Amino acid sequence: MYLMKRILLSLLVTLIFSLPGNAQEEISLKGKELFGDMRARQIGPALMSGRINDLESHPTNPRILYAGTAGGGVWKSNDGGATFAPIFDKHVQSIGVVTLDPTNPDQNIWVGTGETWTRNSVSIGDGLFRSTDGGANFKEVPGFENSERITSVVINPENNQEIYVGVLGALWGDSQDRGVYKTTDGGASWSKILYIGPSTGVSDVIMDPTNPNILYASMWQFRRSGWGFNSGGMNSALYKSTNAGASWDKIHSGFPEGKLGRIAIAVAPSDASILYAVLETEEKSKNGLWKSTNAGGSWEHLNNDFGLVVRPFYFSRIVIDPKNPEVVLKGGLNGSLSRDGGKTFKSLGNMHSDIHDFAFHVNDSDVIFSGTDGGVYRSWNGGTTFEIVENLPLSQFYHISVDDKEPYNVYGGLQDNGSWYGPSSSPGGVNARDWNSVGYGDGFRVLKHPTKNIVYSEMQGAENVWRYDIDRNRTKTVQPLPKKGDPELRFNWNAPMAVSQHQPDRFYMASQFLHVSEDMGDTWNIISPDLTTNDKTKQDQSKSGGLSVDNSGAENHTTIFTIAESPLDQNVLWIGTDDGNVQVTTDAGKSWSNVTANLTGIPANTWVYHIEASVHSKATAYAVFDGHTMGDMKPYAMKTTDYGKTWSSIISKDIQENAFVRNIQEDYVNEDLLFLGTEMGLYVTINGGKGWSQFTNNMPPVAVHFIDMQKRTNDIVMGTHGRGVIIIDDISPLRELSQEVLAKKTHFFKTQPFTMLEESGFAGSFGAETQFVGQNKSTAARIIYYLKKRHTFGKMTLEIQDMKGNKIISLSPGKSKGINIVNWGFNTNNPKMAAAKTLSFGGFTSPRVPQGQYKVVLKKGKQTYEHIIETKYDSNSLTTLTERKEQEALTQTMFAMVEDLAYLVYEINQIQSKAKQVIASGAKKSKQAQKTWDALEALRTDLVVTTGDNYVASAEPELRERMGELYSNIATSYDRVGGSLKNNFDLISEEFTTEKVRFQKIMDKQVSTFYKALEKNDLELPVIKTKEVFLAKD
Amino acid sequence: MKTLKNLFVALTLLAVAPMTAQTADEILSNYFENTGGEAAWNALEGTKMLGAINAQGMEIPIEIYSTKDGKQLVKINMQGQEMTMMSFDGETMWTTNFMTMLPEKSDTETTEMMKTNNQDFPSPFLNYKEKGYTVEYLGKETKEGTETFKIKLTQKPVMVDGKEEPTVSFYYFETENYVPIIVETTMNSGPAKGQMSTSGFSDYQESEGLYFPFSIDQGGQPINVKEIVLNPDVDKAFFAFPEEK
Repeated sequence: MYLMKRILLSLLVTLIFSLPGNAQEEISLKGKELFGDMRARQIGPALMSGRINDLESHPTNPRILYAGTAGGGVWKSNDGGATFAPIFDKHVQSIGVVTLDPTNPDQNIWVGTGETWTRNSVSIGDGLFRSTDGGANFKEVPGFENSERITSVVINPENNQEIYVGVLGALWGDSQDRGVYKTTDGGASWSKILYIGPSTGVSDVIMDPTNPNILYASMWQFRRSGWGFNSGGMNSALYKSTNAGASWDKIHSGFPEGKLGRIAIAVAPSDASILYAVLETEEKSKNGLWKSTNAGGSWEHLNNDFGLVVRPFYFSRIVIDPKNPEVVLKGGLNGSLSRDGGKTFKSLGNMHSDIHDFAFHVNDSDVIFSGTDGGVYRSWNGGTTFEIVENLPLSQFYHISVDDKEPYNVYGGLQDNGSWYGPSSSPGGVNARDWNSVGYGDGFRVLKHPTKNIVYSEMQGAENVWRYDIDRNRTKTVQPLPKKGDPELRFNWNAPMAVSQHQPDRFYMASQFLHVSEDMGDTWNIISPDLTTNDKTKQDQSKSGGLSVDNSGAENHTTIFTIAESPLDQNVLWIGTDDGNVQVTTDAGKSWSNVTANLTGIPANTWVYHIEASVHSKATAYAVFDGHTMGDMKPYAMKTTDYGKTWSSIISKDIQENAFVRNIQEDYVNEDLLFLGTEMGLYVTINGGKGWSQFTNNMPPVAVHFIDMQKRTNDIVMGTHGRGVIIIDDISPLRELSQEVLAKKTHFFKTQPFTMLEESGFAGSFGAETQFVGQNKSTAARIIYYLKKRHTFGKMTLEIQDMKGNKIISLSPGKSKGINIVNWGFNTNNPKMAAAKTLSFGGFTSPRVPQGQYKVVLKKGKQTYEHIIETKYDSNSLTTLTERKEQEALTQTMFAMVEDLAYLVYEINQIQSKAKQVIASGAKKSKQAQKTWDALEALRTDLVVTTGDNYVASAEPELRERMGELYSNIATSYDRVGGSLKNNFDLISEEFTTEKVRFQKIMDKQVSTFYKALEKNDLELPVIKTKEVFLAKD
Repeated sequence: MKTLKNLFVALTLLAVAPMTAQTADEILSNYFENTGGEAAWNALEGTKMLGAINAQGMEIPIEIYSTKDGKQLVKINMQGQEMTMMSFDGETMWTTNFMTMLPEKSDTETTEMMKTNNQDFPSPFLNYKEKGYTVEYLGKETKEGTETFKIKLTQKPVMVDGKEEPTVSFYYFETENYVPIIVETTMNSGPAKGQMSTSGFSDYQESEGLYFPFSIDQGGQPINVKEIVLNPDVDKAFFAFPEEK
């Protein structure tokens, strides 16, 4: 038998492994093997959602709609856009285009990655993907590994083996990978059929709706750097092919000469001769909308309203009503709509600004979906009124921080969506209404004052820095301003702020200088020279943008980007700049040393994205470097233990090669435990960077811009740029992972005593049908253990026992290889209730255990593993300890009473059923039996409900129901047991005593006679289990 | 030491050899062989599973009946009351209304879904070709920390909300022993339509020569199996909708 053979083999292997000499064999667990069922939770927010890059509707089924998002993956709606769910969480989250195969739109989905509206803060893509099962699985299509951004996937509706892919390509450098690609074998092989040059990519490829041999391609010459953007050049052009891409001709008849920028192009689905294009040209008057009514033969200029010319690199999408070529939508700041073929436009109805794409309902053009910087919107009236989709948690954080409240709050700023704070847990889950706005514009760093209920927030370029007094609802702008003699201050778009851990009112900000305030921003002092390279060639942003000037401040460069104060010494401050400098002072800014030259292996001028000053030594710091704005996507992270004199790289080969790094967080306890925020998700090392594992349990490989650690809870809190706040609760087990632990079959991790929280408020779930609700942190005891192997064969149980070994409750054990987490809500079993016609809801209450020590007993086959945990009462309890003990005792009394009644009713039922049997058999003694049954029934109907249902036809409550209610009220109360409950207890106990006496009387009289009669007739007495057996659980 | 090393290498090769170049059929045939043999599975007419749902403090007894011809019944016991949560007799599917505690027929579409794919006992993979199902091996994946073979199972399409939808699930067989430990099913109806529901299997134990998972986790709801009775004696009427209310 095969299984036997395998078991024998594995036994032999185990034997060999356990021989001495192999003991030092390193156990190296990676990713899911290590993290087991340790899962991240996503708390949003979704109320302001995030940037959408592309919308794709199903060609025939209006229930289905896809959203390709800028940083949060691909989302699918199966309900006509009411709600969405993610379908691309195993892959890169920055999406360029989603295309359904017109020949099989239910199954075949193509996803080109890398967002295509090329603002400064865009993420990068990672190739082309295809699903052949409606999005359940995606596979990468080889050939596009270096594409960075894919704008178009076009499939021949008559032959799905013929596909065209438009690659926009690298944003921050030259690339040979740009161009239009074609396959004729369904994607197995590709040829590049249109390529202009290393700086000119494909802005769009579209196909004539009636003739798949006719294609249009808009080519765009563009380039971004850390300090500027250029759109336009002689290479930008609009091309047409009439032979399926074999040859291409420029179709510029009527266009102005000279440089062109980004060109939007669309063909009317209902009339293939009508084309619309939006141009960016050297002549302002010629910018905007152009129309051709002869399939590109000639063009006429129609409109250069603001909505048509605004920021072409960001808004170059035209969508035409599938039924009417005169109805044209154009993306823009507000979005524009024409109903006269492009002659005139009006703004679309109110919605989040910055609209990138649209989709019409396939059957009803009144229904329009819009993809914005703030999520997906729906209109039911042709674009006049829009409502937001409420379950897309795509928020794009630049930065987050946490406070020390219970539960702690998360603070952070969002791309185009202001600054916010919200709770890490909230009754019923973290809802939209839990989030509080604390800043306008683009939001970046948001920091809580260490002791006061005051929050600092900012908008782009430190144009405003707000000090917000939450309690008094007062705001003051406190940004550092130049004083006489100061040079112009250069703030980064995402300007650094820091609060001192040593002086609560001390607040740092940085331009090219480090500014410090001792009075929460009221007055500022500069405590450094210019710490940047001060490279003048990177400081003129007035012409940034190319053909259309785009000086939003987003490209300000040669600025300080990160400030780190040592948690061990307030005089030690670290500075990192966007142009590659690391500087450190050990005397609070009196003198600075530039340690940049010591950063061996880091290319010059690589953006210092974050410095983490260590809690383990004041000479120790981590610095991470992000070269992506120079076209260098490699991950860089360095550690110094001597104030920057020497550095060593802590990057290993386990990290994806294009996962550039933006943040690092050290553990406060174990110096070797580090968390790395990269463009491709979170990585964790348990050995100081020798090896890293990607964390993927409920965590997509989304860009992690900032990580914080909540010290009390040991939670890792991540600000992601596309999926909101993601939290990994209590990472303390990772601290304990050592070779010794990993070699054990089972290991219980140490846990702090668990507080049994006594909060019992209300949580309405209004709106949750279609709104995103973030998962809460469990308030249960977390029993955490490591299994060397996944448990598959044989019995495995987990139970809680008291210290004497009496079972309290069985739990369902986790069986994963790696770390398992089992929650225990501090409860025991619920009581056994008396049988009745309907349910007694009070009986579903399980009492809580008293505070103290408990044994966790894990049995796996014949082996038993034990571990002791401790529970403690809530320090915010309303009761005294004596009152608590009284409540516990009364709960036990009631528990026993409820079960006594259950047994009594069981006895009655057993005797009654015997009596019924005798009556039915027509035996001689049926009269006696009837009398017995009647007497017991009269009693039973007073004890339990015997009629009605569980809803509005319910019967009047009987003793069981009232007793159950009282038991539940006492057991679930976190307050002392009040007089009313006590009075009710007296009443119920008395009533129960009376009924017991009644029962005994019936037993002595009718039942006794009945039994005698049974015996006389050689009939069996009813079988009645002992109370112990009856009440035994499990 | 050297001999040992060689022995180890040889053993490793032995252990690895059968795992290379897997096909879905090889994996499935190993699964059936490791759990009792295809013949024994084919001979099985029905099961009665006795167990409990464990819901933090509440142990709710549950009985699950399944037969080869597609009948099913799930019964729980709450506070001494038996409640049929779901029953299907091959034609009619019904549930118990929790408010009235009375039986109610399921809607036609739901019943049709049940009818369409009612050959899943004891495993949808057993004689899957005859059932009109297709399987596809999709490669290895790590699930619950362990290495698994991923197999896609496509059953017959069903009508949902008036439109035809495919019935697709993904089974993950642990590479070490070829038994499924996780099943992900694409939900094809309800508010979570299109998303995956996950079930986990463990504690495989023998019952009269066949191996069954004695611990089943259905979307976070664990069922602890205490006993499995093979070929239980139940007649058709047991599954039938009780016409007399």
